Amino acid sequence: MPRVVVDVVLKPEISDPQGQAVLGALGRLGHTGVTGVRQGKHFVLDVEGTPDEAELREIAENLLANPVIEDVELHLSED
Amino acid sequence: MRIGVVTFPGSLDDVDAARAVRLAGGEVVPLWHADADLPAVDAVVLPGGFSYGDYLRAGAIAARQPLMRAVVDRAHAGMPVLGICNGFQVLCEAGLLPGALTRNGHLHFRNRDQALLVERADTAWTSSYAQGQTIVVPVKNGEGRYVGSDADLDRLEGEGRVVVRYAGGNPNGSSRDIAGVTSADGRVVGLMPHPEHAVEELTGPSVDGLGFFTSVLEGVLS
Repeated sequence: MPRVVVDVVLKPEISDPQGQAVLGALGRLGHTGVTGVRQGKHFVLDVEGTPDEAELREIAENLLANPVIEDVELHLSED
Repeated sequence: MRIGVVTFPGSLDDVDAARAVRLAGGEVVPLWHADADLPAVDAVVLPGGFSYGDYLRAGAIAARQPLMRAVVDRAHAGMPVLGICNGFQVLCEAGLLPGALTRNGHLHFRNRDQALLVERADTAWTSSYAQGQTIVVPVKNGEGRYVGSDADLDRLEGEGRVVVRYAGGNPNGSSRDIAGVTSADGRVVGLMPHPEHAVEELTGPSVDGLGFFTSVLEGVLS
C-alpha cells in the first residue's frame, strides 16, 4: 500500500521553545557540536490506490499543518 | 437574548461560561460540537478547555467539527462569537481570527490572576468597558503564546484589532503582549484570559470579567 510521509515544522520566524529546551539538554549532555534544534511532527499516511497528490497536499495544508505558523513537506513512497 | 455555549469533547469551562451568561442576564443555549445545525441564537461562546486533548494542535480538530462550520458561516454574516482560551485557539484554527497560539515561551503552564489593558471598547464583546481601562481576570494556559509573522502583527496593530493586552507582565511570551484580538468587523473576539472565572466576588479575583457578557447582551438589544 502506498505510504505518504508528511513532515511539519514551525516556520523559521516562529520561535520554538521545545527545540530550545532540547538544545539545552544536549549541551548539558556534552553534545556541544549541535547548535540548533527545531522540533516538528511526522505523519505516516497509508493510502489506498494511487495517491492523489493534490488531495494529499490539501490534507497536509488544511489539517496536518497550520500554514500560519508551520511549513509542511510531502514525501511519497511506494514501500 | 439567547447565547449559545458550545461543548466539545474535552471542554472544561463551558459550565462557567454558561453561568457567566446567566449572571449577565442572558439565556443559555447549550450546543454540542457534533450537531450540524446551529439553532436560533444571538451569539455564541466557545469555552476553554482541552478539546480533543489538544491532539494535533490545540483547537485544530474542534475547529473542523460540523457545528463550527455553521458558526463560521453565521460569524461571517455578523453573529458575535467569543472564544476564550481553547475557544480562541479554535477561532484561529477556523480562520475567523488571524495568528496562532503555541506552546508558552517558558514551556510551563501558567495559572494566575492577570491584569489586562482594554484597548478596544467598541467591539461586540467589550462595549461595557472604557478604552484604557485595566481589568483583572484569571489566566491559565500552556499553549497561550500568541504568534504571527511581523508583517501580520503590524497589520493587526495598524487596523486596531488588539482588544486586550497583558499588563504587569506577560504570562506566556505572547508577541507584543497580545491577550486578545478581534475580527475586522469587531464581532468575533478571541481571548486567552478567562473572564468567565471573574464574575462573582466569591469565586473570582474580581467581577471584571462580567463586562464581556453584558457587552454582547447590550449590543444585541440595541
